[in-house]
Amino acid sequence: MQLAIVVNEGPYTHQASDTAYHFTKAALEKGHGITRVFFYHDGVNNGTRLTVPPQDDRNLQKLWSELGEKHGLDLVVCIAAAQRRGILDADEARRHGKDASNLAPGFRISGLGQLIEAGIEADRLVVFGD
Amino acid sequence: MAQKKKFLYVNRKAPYGTIYALEALEVVLIGAAFEQDVSLAFLDDGVFQLMAGQDTAAASMKNFSRTFKALGDYDVRKFYVERESLAERGLTVEDLMPITYEDEAEDYAEKPSIIPVSRAEMAALIAQQDVVLSF
Repeated sequence: MQLAIVVNEGPYTHQASDTAYHFTKAALEKGHGITRVFFYHDGVNNGTRLTVPPQDDRNLQKLWSELGEKHGLDLVVCIAAAQRRGILDADEARRHGKDASNLAPGFRISGLGQLIEAGIEADRLVVFGD
Repeated sequence: MAQKKKFLYVNRKAPYGTIYALEALEVVLIGAAFEQDVSLAFLDDGVFQLMAGQDTAAASMKNFSRTFKALGDYDVRKFYVERESLAERGLTVEDLMPITYEDEAEDYAEKPSIIPVSRAEMAALIAQQDVVLSF
């Protein structure tokens, strides 16, 4: 089955990203396909490479990046939600005259159309939120 | 593109205390361009999103309630509002904004977009969908 995943909460404050990560990993291990993982609302905060969680805790951004790399996942951060919350790739940082970018490896920034398209293309869309 | 899918956007939170309602509306607006079979559901505190006479000036928030009235022009014309959620908050359908669409099949007659439903009907509606996005 092809699954689309939506992550609506940031890391650590809510469990949503952890649960989405474990669900995605388990689905891949069972042989399902992941159409896309779309990060919306505070979920975009999963895509900053500047988080430094304590060493004895999980690093959600790194887990997503590694899972993405291993399985060739399309990890998409919503551009409008990301800009509000200070998540920028190099192009967006330049375009808005900011002195730094922080998008994590394996993530890309794109529009909400990618969320709708994932809903149309996948067999199931699974939302993880508060 | 294949057959249209049934998309339901479930709005469960009050409009201004958190950003969920505003960002949900942004998804609905973008989604309208994909010509799917779209419905909106309003339940729990989400019914407050449709209250008439919203004034956000004192809270210095953007009042986006007018956008709901424009959705009819984007073929978003099914606003299912849960009666129990209204009643639990001391509200009736009369407390909500009038939201209408023009029915091209009937010489563009203005028709109400708001469809009050019971909790059981809402559950059945959700069960019929292909894609449910909950906010």
